[in-house]
Amino acid sequence: MGLEGHPTATAPRREAPVADAVPGLPLPALRRGSAPALLTQADITAEIEAEHAVSAGLRARGLAVPATRNDFAPYRSSILRHPTKDPVQADPEAVELLAPVFGERDVHALEADLTATGAGEPVGERIVVTGRVVDGEGRPVRRQLVEVWQANAAGRYAHRRDQHPAPLDPNFTGVGRCLTDDDGTYRFTTIKPGPYPWNNHRNAWRPAHIHFSLFGTQFTQRLITQMYFPGDPLFALDPIYQSTTDPVDRELLVARYDHDVTQHEWCTGYRWDIVLTGTHRTRLEEPAEPGEEHA
Amino acid sequence: MSTAAARPTPGQTVGPFFGYALPYAGDAHLVPPASPGALWLHGSVFDGLGAPVTDALLEVWQAGPDGRVPRASGSLRRDGATFTGFGRCASDGEGGYGFWTREPAAVGPSARFVAVTVFARGLLHRLLTRAYLPPRDAAEQAALQRDRLLGGLPPERARTLLATREDDGSVRFDVRLQGEGETVFLEHDPPRTP
Repeated sequence: MGLEGHPTATAPRREAPVADAVPGLPLPALRRGSAPALLTQADITAEIEAEHAVSAGLRARGLAVPATRNDFAPYRSSILRHPTKDPVQADPEAVELLAPVFGERDVHALEADLTATGAGEPVGERIVVTGRVVDGEGRPVRRQLVEVWQANAAGRYAHRRDQHPAPLDPNFTGVGRCLTDDDGTYRFTTIKPGPYPWNNHRNAWRPAHIHFSLFGTQFTQRLITQMYFPGDPLFALDPIYQSTTDPVDRELLVARYDHDVTQHEWCTGYRWDIVLTGTHRTRLEEPAEPGEEHA
Repeated sequence: MSTAAARPTPGQTVGPFFGYALPYAGDAHLVPPASPGALWLHGSVFDGLGAPVTDALLEVWQAGPDGRVPRASGSLRRDGATFTGFGRCASDGEGGYGFWTREPAAVGPSARFVAVTVFARGLLHRLLTRAYLPPRDAAEQAALQRDRLLGGLPPERARTLLATREDDGSVRFDVRLQGEGETVFLEHDPPRTP
């Protein structure tokens, strides 16, 4: 199956005529560099710059622009999958003002250590990633589920569709879960993922990242996003990272190195805080949950 | 609302490789399949050409038949008895999805619906929508007619949020990401202006 993921050697799939410059192209052709149909990085970079100018122009006129634009053609797979109509503003109803509850029976403490899933140690740079999940008012999101998944140190996912010719690591699946604590803090032990090629355009590479899935206290806060590492040279080239068109917002996707998280002769540490959208309790005069903090 | 609201962390696409990470055993079975009183809530996800989206992930969140919003844990480790109100389903090779769940009752005066979140490769930020359940009686019909969201939409747009009863008693809700019959997607926060 042709995927935007890594180059694959399988049959073409039905996709946008424009977007279909990539899927289905045999891997050997990619390797030989004989793929004239593929857009170059320069083409994509020019498109990114043009889209950023559009966003900046709207903001300059005082118009709202989503932090991440679903309509962002440099990411080719988005072309047929982004809604064309504006989202409809809706007051959340009672069910949307609460979120699913996860507890100790859902998540085992060991699931927060991605290096402990195999018989031995995974290859790569051992890291701890930690931070707080808070809502738009700064209140901690307590006892809530955080899920992560990532490529291994060589840039390969333990996913059957990932055909990037980099080694799988028998001691690393790259999947973890945890619950935040009473301060909203999550903490994972893992290895630093590698960058990897994908087939959005010729010589396209994703910056190293960890996928994060988050729940808030209200279902409207549901978020899936990606955490990046500071100083990645691929940032400017990546249409997914750049689909967040304001540089201030993009910075929010980047963890920072934190030497206080780094552990002596064991691992380096990164800190990444996550802010979910504001809650609607005040507007709808919802009573606060017991024990809730109002800072 | 607080005046000093922090800037939210932006979303990014779920990508193509969530399939070994987010789905879990029993994820789409809020109740045991085909158990007494179970509802089969199903549909397909389509792109702008009407082609099935085979790498989407849908989540549902809903009240139970008692009209209460579940507060029980256990969605990731189903015990077969507790209704947690949350389910997750990756779309299949034909773009289809399906949940075994219960008919929700309305919570308060609103019409009854299942909250739905859509993620997919190619979708940079998740989409929120509602699947309104077909009315079973005059009271539920009246609730639909006075629903604030549906009432504010042109009829052809409102129709995209109305799940339909199939002959076998199941309920169908298709998601069209783009184009003809594009599903109404929701935003619950006022758009941020600079």
